[in-house]
Amino acid sequence: MKLHELTIHEAARLLKTREISAAELTDAVLERITQAEPAVDAYITVTADTARICAQSADQAIRRGEAGVLTGIPMAIKDLICTRDIPTTCASRMLENFRPPYDATVTEKLNADGAVLVGKLNMDEFAMGSSTENSAFKPTRNPWDRNRVPGGSSGGSAAAVAADMCLGALGSDTGGSIRQPASHCGVVGIKPTYGRVSRFGLVAFASSLDQIGPLAKDVTDAAILLNAISGYDPRDSTSVNLPVPDYAAALTGDIKGLKIGIPKEHHATDGVSEPVSGAIEKAMTEFREAGAEFIDISLPHTDYAVAAYYLIAPAEASSNLARYDGVKYGFRDPQSPGLLDMYKNTRSRGFGPEVQRRILLGTYALSAGYYDAYYKKASQVRTLIKEDFKKAFTTCDLILSPVAPTPAFKIGENVDDPLKMYLSDIFTLSANLAGIPALSVPCGFSPEGLPIGLQLTGNYFDEQALLNAAYFFEQHTQFHRHRANVPDNAG
Amino acid sequence: MKISKEEVLHVAHLARLSMDETDVETFSGQIGGILEYVEKLGGIDTSGVPPTSHAVEMANALRSDETTRHLENQDALANAPEAEDGYFAVPKVIE
Repeated sequence: MKLHELTIHEAARLLKTREISAAELTDAVLERITQAEPAVDAYITVTADTARICAQSADQAIRRGEAGVLTGIPMAIKDLICTRDIPTTCASRMLENFRPPYDATVTEKLNADGAVLVGKLNMDEFAMGSSTENSAFKPTRNPWDRNRVPGGSSGGSAAAVAADMCLGALGSDTGGSIRQPASHCGVVGIKPTYGRVSRFGLVAFASSLDQIGPLAKDVTDAAILLNAISGYDPRDSTSVNLPVPDYAAALTGDIKGLKIGIPKEHHATDGVSEPVSGAIEKAMTEFREAGAEFIDISLPHTDYAVAAYYLIAPAEASSNLARYDGVKYGFRDPQSPGLLDMYKNTRSRGFGPEVQRRILLGTYALSAGYYDAYYKKASQVRTLIKEDFKKAFTTCDLILSPVAPTPAFKIGENVDDPLKMYLSDIFTLSANLAGIPALSVPCGFSPEGLPIGLQLTGNYFDEQALLNAAYFFEQHTQFHRHRANVPDNAG
Repeated sequence: MKISKEEVLHVAHLARLSMDETDVETFSGQIGGILEYVEKLGGIDTSGVPPTSHAVEMANALRSDETTRHLENQDALANAPEAEDGYFAVPKVIE
């Protein structure tokens, strides 16, 4: 096996027994990036030099017997998570030259564990999008079919993991931005419970919905990474002070007696393609045969989630993105003589169309005369969506659904119709509105060979149940062993 | 149309975005379409339902009032488009 194809847990074992070195592993991944990047375009920045230095320190730590499970593991991070002195662009012209003066808490945690940062990953600008086509720099391509999107907004993260251009990655999920690209690229992605992972140093999009999480080659790796980044942080007052279980140790694969809820409203959802519904039905059979029980549940407000989300998220974004004013950091329009013109020209030239669209929508929803009808109404509907889940989890342990209605769509297919793009988030948005954890695990392929993901949604702080059910499924189906055939050095 | 061109211009001003005629045309169509879609929320009775602004219930987060190290002046200014004498510099505000 080639070194870059290893999972984190496989590589950690080989590093510990000194069968491979961190320097060799890092070189193999950097070489893989050089080969595959022209075909995939997953990275905004590759940190080859610092990665090699970091790998040497990791090898020293391993020789001293001080290695943790992530020591010497080449990792990459979505480019909206701050990395000290390393560009953190949010895939925006606005922050093209921004070098954070500090590390995000999750970056600090990975560094402290001895992980090797190999680069920063492409995304939709400020995490707004479902295809990574909204990057100001370049679209990322799906490793399974270069004419298709990798999903988004963490499209670079999912594509890099799928193409073995890092061993694992961090992304962020505000409405499905980890799970949907994980589904489209055939990798595992988890959005933790709101508050499980510190958001300190995560560039804010919609603060009440944003959560950082891992994208990984298999469920064991996802569990290892979730352990590494979880926990209370005094610098994020919304992080929750609860003990973090050992997620990886809890993977038994035993799901006998597990109660899985199937929302009746999902049957009525338009536009779920045949390959997706077929793969989901087959997955249900696997669970049933292993002793899980299926329960009919109702989430009556499912049909309102998209509308509530596309008021709440833009409203929060319009407020969060007010800070980009050309004064403290980031782009400033150089030609504006007065302060007001400088603000306006800086923002209109620094932000791309989708970001401006959401700022306008959010500002409108919060403005005098419209606040009650839009923002307040959406926040009340959010309460009803939350109550639906609380009620459902009195009768089931987790909820099974598709991640996305279709496999990855073609690049350019949805760019002219923002509402159509928003509607494809129907299955993922509710977990962010309610704050509950959800993951995507590979569950099959379309006739064209495109990966399809299965979503498991769980109760507050019950990531363990999700990971264990996903682990059972993965071990029985082995979809995670399939690899995209990425052309080397494509033009 | 759900949102007029004048309203788009007004909201753009509130959000400090400059717009030309083409932008206003595009955005009023697209935002109008989205606003028409979200009208469906009007069909739910939410009287007496408290709004959720935070996904996970928690008490106010307090910390002790102690001095800690924070960004140094030069680090804080390192990314500034323009800085002068240890301050952020902006175009002239008052003539």
